[in-house]
Amino acid sequence: MLQSKSFVKKTKQGRIQKVVREHYLRDDIYCGFVPCSACDAAAERKLVADAAAILVVDTNVVLHQIDLLENPAIEDVVLLSVVLDEVKNKNLAVFNRIKALCTNKARRFYVFANEQHRDTYVKDMVGESSNDRNDRAIRVAAHWYQSHLGESVKVLLITNDRDNKRKAIEEGLNAETVESYVRSLAQPGLLDLVVVPTSGDVTMEDVEDHRPSKRKVIYSEHKPMSEITSGLRCGIYHQGKLRVNRYNPFEAYVGSESIGDEIVIRGRSNMNRAFDGDIVAVELLPQDQWHESKSFIADDDEEEEEEEDVHLVPNSADDAPRNASSTQSSVGSSAPSVSSRPVGRVVGIIKRNWNSYCGSLQPMPMPAGSGGVAHALFVSKDRRIPKIRIQTRQLENLVNKRIVVAVDSWGVLSRYPSGHYVRTIGDIGDKETETEVVLIENDINTRPFSTQVLACLPPLPWTLSQEDLANPNRQDLRHVRVFSVDPPGCRDIDDALHCTLLPNGNFEVGVHIADVTNFVHPGTPLDEEAAQRGTSVYLVGQRIDMLPKPLTEDVCSLRADVERLAFSVIWEMTPDADIISTRYTKSVIKSCAAMSYVEAQARMDDSRLVDPLTVDLRNLNSLAKIMRQRRCDRGALTLASAEVKFEIDSETHDPLDIGIYQIREANQMIEEFMLAANISVAEKILKHFPLCSLLRRHPSPTKEMLEPLLRTASSIGLNLDVSSSKALAESLDNAKSNDPYFNKLIRILATRCMTQAVYFCSGDLTFSEYYHYGLAASLYTHFTSPIRRYADVVVHRLLAAALEIAKLPPIFQDGPQLTGIADNLNYRHRNAQMASRASVELHTLIYFRTRPTDTEARIVKVKANGFIVFVPKFGIEGPIHLTPKGDKGGDWVVDEVHQRVTKPGTNISYAVLQTVRIHMEVVEPQPHRPKLQLTLI
Amino acid sequence: MEYVDPLTGFRVDGRRPNEMRKLKGEVGVVARADGSALFEMGNTRVIAAVYGPREVQNKGQQVNSKEALVRCEYRMAEFSTGDRRRKPKGDRRSTEISLVIRQTMEASILTHLMPRSQIDIFVQVLQADGGTRSACINAATLALADAGIPMRDIVTSCSAGYLCSTPLLDLNYLEDSAGGADVTVGILAKMDKVTLLQMDAKLAMDTFENVMGLAIEGCKAIATYIREVLLENTKRLECQRG
Ligand SMILES: [Zn+2]
Repeated sequence: MLQSKSFVKKTKQGRIQKVVREHYLRDDIYCGFVPCSACDAAAERKLVADAAAILVVDTNVVLHQIDLLENPAIEDVVLLSVVLDEVKNKNLAVFNRIKALCTNKARRFYVFANEQHRDTYVKDMVGESSNDRNDRAIRVAAHWYQSHLGESVKVLLITNDRDNKRKAIEEGLNAETVESYVRSLAQPGLLDLVVVPTSGDVTMEDVEDHRPSKRKVIYSEHKPMSEITSGLRCGIYHQGKLRVNRYNPFEAYVGSESIGDEIVIRGRSNMNRAFDGDIVAVELLPQDQWHESKSFIADDDEEEEEEEDVHLVPNSADDAPRNASSTQSSVGSSAPSVSSRPVGRVVGIIKRNWNSYCGSLQPMPMPAGSGGVAHALFVSKDRRIPKIRIQTRQLENLVNKRIVVAVDSWGVLSRYPSGHYVRTIGDIGDKETETEVVLIENDINTRPFSTQVLACLPPLPWTLSQEDLANPNRQDLRHVRVFSVDPPGCRDIDDALHCTLLPNGNFEVGVHIADVTNFVHPGTPLDEEAAQRGTSVYLVGQRIDMLPKPLTEDVCSLRADVERLAFSVIWEMTPDADIISTRYTKSVIKSCAAMSYVEAQARMDDSRLVDPLTVDLRNLNSLAKIMRQRRCDRGALTLASAEVKFEIDSETHDPLDIGIYQIREANQMIEEFMLAANISVAEKILKHFPLCSLLRRHPSPTKEMLEPLLRTASSIGLNLDVSSSKALAESLDNAKSNDPYFNKLIRILATRCMTQAVYFCSGDLTFSEYYHYGLAASLYTHFTSPIRRYADVVVHRLLAAALEIAKLPPIFQDGPQLTGIADNLNYRHRNAQMASRASVELHTLIYFRTRPTDTEARIVKVKANGFIVFVPKFGIEGPIHLTPKGDKGGDWVVDEVHQRVTKPGTNISYAVLQTVRIHMEVVEPQPHRPKLQLTLI
Repeated sequence: MEYVDPLTGFRVDGRRPNEMRKLKGEVGVVARADGSALFEMGNTRVIAAVYGPREVQNKGQQVNSKEALVRCEYRMAEFSTGDRRRKPKGDRRSTEISLVIRQTMEASILTHLMPRSQIDIFVQVLQADGGTRSACINAATLALADAGIPMRDIVTSCSAGYLCSTPLLDLNYLEDSAGGADVTVGILAKMDKVTLLQMDAKLAMDTFENVMGLAIEGCKAIATYIREVLLENTKRLECQRG
């Protein structure tokens, strides 16, 4: 059957055009009800309705009650295509969640293409709004279900739209609101998931603040969309994504293309209810208001101001507090400094980035007479998120739990947004719970691999086949003395090496990387899953794999004494480590030893050993030293980080010991050859694919980013030249004093000023932008860890195509898609790092819970009421207060220029980099909210 | 945009990926011509008229006196697309399509049976909604059959594309302008021979084979339909004769 749809539309050139489209109606769309005998026997069936009714939901129910729908208590839901289309247009995030429900085999959510069905398609009526038309289509579909299934099955239309519900009942349908339906299920906890409509006259707004005097307009109204659009067009407003400062939630930045700079937004009232990640429209404030002043905190008053906690030492500027305001520090310094950066306020929100968040309820007295509805404030673990008001009927179950809460609305009268409870993760402070929070917060997929993904694995146990050996593109290197060096206990061995003395006195050095792409083929479910995960995630005592275990620990892992497939980069090098030639080949290797760094180091150090393997190691090491020196001479930075290592109890999985990870020469040796292999591969793939290579760059830090380092350095009379990476590297080398730890400390401070390196697609940037600042390399990529990084998988495919031993997958012809892959990899990479750090912080807390400790610390920043110390032994830093909290630092005098605090009339003073002795202890300022506290001895 | 709904599996106009639009064919629509036909694929509507075989009008054009000369003129009616734009006669696209149609039809006409004669095929697009090339070839086939011109086999044509990682049969204008690959195939139905193959984008080899296979399936279905139309027509003529 055929319907013609015609409508008018405006073309790009502004002309009005009549468009006629065909719309085919069909009779082969089935109801999906399992017992139905009227429908085709082969049709897909999902609906059972053994308990209650078949639910037909309208668009707003899906849009607003998605958390409820995701709860397993809700089943037998029919999703009409008209509803899905509307949801897709209005909120893509919700659409993806409902899509996941519909494709989940364990859930009974059935998609009914009502718009294509002969009997349920409705024609537009003259004068009818599209909303009304869609509501009518929903009712028609509900009717069809009721008459198709007969009276024995109840079909229930769920809608919160009063008008739609009335019409449905008039037409003889069963219809209910979400709330009344959920009530009928008699599961009180479920009601917390129901989003209470805010448009109505009921509700949260009335009860949310118990002090009537506080009922005032707190935020300005958002401008209507039409005004925003015209404002953007004539340049009054600026559009961009809002990013909240991770360390100061009252400050945010909007990267604006129209200004070409970041606009700073200070204070919650200027942020005007925008969340981190929202696309907002911003209006600039007059220039005389651009200076910083403390006043912006005033309007957020009361409890909100939180202080810095003890945390891991940042590894890059991305982990560190933004420097714009941090030097002015928390309290006391009122001298306004004129900022050159534009300051603005949010006038409207173009696209919301509302999500669900992990956190806990703010401790509160239990209201008398439990069982009723209680109002509580939810505090997200992510400090960028404001507190969220929720109402709950199960307060006593939630108070000391980690819970997930979703945001629903934020009115001008309300200081905080309103939201609803989604689910409970577990007890606060419990290791499993907190680890899950870390994983959720960083969007890390921990689900087991699906059967489709596992189906892509080669038959196990895998062994080398004759086919592999006969492959002319694969060189047999089994006779070569190949070995690997990794951290102790490493099971996913990505890389192995060999080093052979050639008759002409040169060395043949090979880097052999696990041939993952021999098993992971483009476009397969396995490949898509790995691309999505992007990287393996390493937590303390736990690893979340990018690829299934049989691949990571067995088939791909270059273990000792087994034949494995590899992708090799082989150089001929002079004894001076000059590369004479480079070749690339797929290979078969048989590693003769899988050593740990300690073992390798011990062999090299033991002068009695002269066996071939040890000689190889020593040769490699001397080459690596030359390469490393050369790299440093080019200006590569030797940065320092304090990586922490735990010893974990094998039974309780609690930390037994904690210490700084020691870096040995053997580590540096391996690293050097990996860098060289990555650079060689980057050159090769870029030569063949100048537009679609995946590379890695490290942007040069701006002067502004290095500001904190320079300030600290100058306060102790050290002059650093930051004009280039080479100059900086040299001044870091020259930063010496009689304090043996001094140089490392300066390097640690330098590290946190740099941003992280990022992946990018070569076609998106110009050659000069490819530069890797930290390595002082004009080209760089990742090739050496395909088992645990997807970027390396992509690069392996590029290299194979460059060698013409495999076709380049079609995705590489699609620039935007490739950029999308790079963006996702950066996102996953960053999240994986944040998760590792959070996991270390969690275990540090658990470790010190039973072990109060005295130790040495170094002052790294001076503040008005104290200073920030770095604890080298444990790799953490945190605040030390000279005066109790609340006392605004009265009798201490801060000297910003020399980074020193002095107590007047005494000779007690503290200066930056000074060593102090501190006491570390876990305290519970509020019940069930443990935190690590540092105090001066 | 999603051209195949990931949940329902339907295309924008409600078809499944391997379904063709509605076909309609009618012969004898231009009384003055020796043979004529109207052919519709969904909203794409094409009319074809055939004159001949008749004496070669311009002897200069005759290359080989032992075979009939086939000429083809393709035109788009000015009202055939939505926008009211003047398309000059003899633009490059028209010239190219004229050539494509002529070569495709020539491959099936038994030209050696009609020496020193010429056959003129006129094709005009009345309404364009994707797949005009294929519709023109199908209309021409019907018109040639109507004119009683001896042919080796029925030539039919159909297109298939590749969007959202799915091979799609018989693209409409919306799908055609999505920028994906569009493969137009013409076959000699009974002999199973491909006589026309055009593609205006890049496709991986194995994908291309799937898409082309789908287009060939489409051509076969059209051939079945065209045979039915001709059979109907013959029956009708029989009835008229009594
Ligand atoms: Zn049925």
